[in-house]
Amino acid sequence: MNSVLKLLLEGGRLSTAEMAKVAGLTEAEVNQRLEQLKKEKIFLGWRPVLDLSREAAAAVAVRALIEVRITPERGGGFNRLAERVSRFDEVESCYLVSGGYDLLLVVNGSSLQKVASFVSEKLSTLEGVLSTSTHFMLRSYKEGGYQIETEVEDNDRLKVSP
Amino acid sequence: MDTKKFIARHVVDLPKSGIRDFFEIVAKMKDVISLGIGEPDFRTPWHIREAGIYALEKGKTHYTSNLGLIELRRSIAKYVGKNFSVAYRPEDEILVTVGVSEAIDLACRALINPGDKVMFHQPCYVSYHPSVTLTHGIGIPVPTYAKDNFALTAEALIAAWQPGTKLLMLNLPCNPTGGTCSREQLQAIARFAIEKDLIVLSDEIYSELTFDGEHVSIASLPGMKERTIFLHGFSKAFAMTGWRIGFGCGPADLIEAMMKVHQYSMMCASIIAQEAAIEALERGEDAMKQMRDQYHRRRDFIVRRFNEIGLKCHMPRGSFYTFPDVTSTGMAEKDFAVGLLQAERVAVVPGKAFGENGAGFVRACFATSYEQLIVATDRIERYVASLKK
Ligand SMILES: Cc1ncc(COP(=O)(O)O)c(C=O)c1O
Repeated sequence: MNSVLKLLLEGGRLSTAEMAKVAGLTEAEVNQRLEQLKKEKIFLGWRPVLDLSREAAAAVAVRALIEVRITPERGGGFNRLAERVSRFDEVESCYLVSGGYDLLLVVNGSSLQKVASFVSEKLSTLEGVLSTSTHFMLRSYKEGGYQIETEVEDNDRLKVSP
Repeated sequence: MDTKKFIARHVVDLPKSGIRDFFEIVAKMKDVISLGIGEPDFRTPWHIREAGIYALEKGKTHYTSNLGLIELRRSIAKYVGKNFSVAYRPEDEILVTVGVSEAIDLACRALINPGDKVMFHQPCYVSYHPSVTLTHGIGIPVPTYAKDNFALTAEALIAAWQPGTKLLMLNLPCNPTGGTCSREQLQAIARFAIEKDLIVLSDEIYSELTFDGEHVSIASLPGMKERTIFLHGFSKAFAMTGWRIGFGCGPADLIEAMMKVHQYSMMCASIIAQEAAIEALERGEDAMKQMRDQYHRRRDFIVRRFNEIGLKCHMPRGSFYTFPDVTSTGMAEKDFAVGLLQAERVAVVPGKAFGENGAGFVRACFATSYEQLIVATDRIERYVASLKK
């Protein structure tokens, strides 16, 4: 496996300069490998993991999980419609899932109304969409692998031990 | 009143731990990056912690059997059978202890008569020699060398052997050197132990953290199960140092003797830790392997950096320690460690804390985040460069 990919799999908290040091490469080589991974469509891009509840100015963002039932099509199955749904800018992620519904969407909006109108005007009016069920997110406890804790567990190891 | 006069002579004579000395210097300083720590930086995986919480919720607050919970002993038998290829009976060949630390003490107390001799390879874990001294045995350190990657050789054992030797303590992979032995080297050690009729106390606490090739337990070699006490625990592989839980496996007579001491001194290990330990053995493998893979990459990084910096460092095959040679700086290991701490605020442990044979080396532990390892090695580089001027 690409040594840079291994480091990304560990959680990707390192900068490219740090990855270079750990993997024994130059920073240029790390970037080359990232480019290669991009070409192979394995590495799609970076995204920050943010806890916006701590930033008053940004706290207006609203997120929702939306369960969508759709009709599969002859030939294409769920793919054509799923791709169509995922093209909306409001849709952050879109998954085909097993169980009581077909698609699970993570949707972003600047207000409750914006998300609601996306659902009622855009999503549910698409041909093939049978029903939707919207869950607004109230609070985040873990985000992209990071625990959002009120109390951080401190590292209380002794400084020197046998 | 002179209270000191009441202290037993063999305790007065016990040398102070080199780790303790150094800890006192480091503890007074701020913003130190410590590579002097002998435990994982990871916290116990959550599912194991959760099992401990659940045990408390269920009201598991009582003593257990002296030998330990039978469910845990069954899990241990299964785990050791699968990973070390030795079969132990849960009923009478396994004893759950308060860490490998207690198991070492129990074995020494159960086996050593005053004046019995005990061999152990050195540099070694700090408690081996004192455990022997405290039970009125005589310790015989056997040197291991950087040129052998700190593997213990049968030649060194034969050269150091003395009449009256009863026990051989092994710790492979080794704290502080990361040294291990190949199957062939272990076979030679086994032949030596059989020829000299020794009991082998094999502390395999770092066995899961073997990065290249297989880990072989000496207990699995022909003729060795009957003369080996196999010691293992949860502190390192499962990041459970604070739970204080480990175990010993061996011939029923010896386990019975250790249990006799244990029942009068400790009664049993904490039931909460025992419950969590079952979870670790039954379902902890994935989390353990994730930690091991991270240690593996950190090892490759730090060893490469030490050699780039000009501190000769062998590749430790196991454990989370490196043991670089600092003699190229022209300094003694203690001066190097104190100088590094004062100039760059990086702590490493002087090699002599692990016995006379650690002279010229320091122990640097890589159970620390990449970010810290990068900064620490950059600082060490600057320090070593400053010495050349
Ligand atoms: C070689 C060795 N044996 C035993 C121990 C003690 O382990 P435990 O936490 O199981 O008592 C340590 C801890 O540093 C060690 O390095």
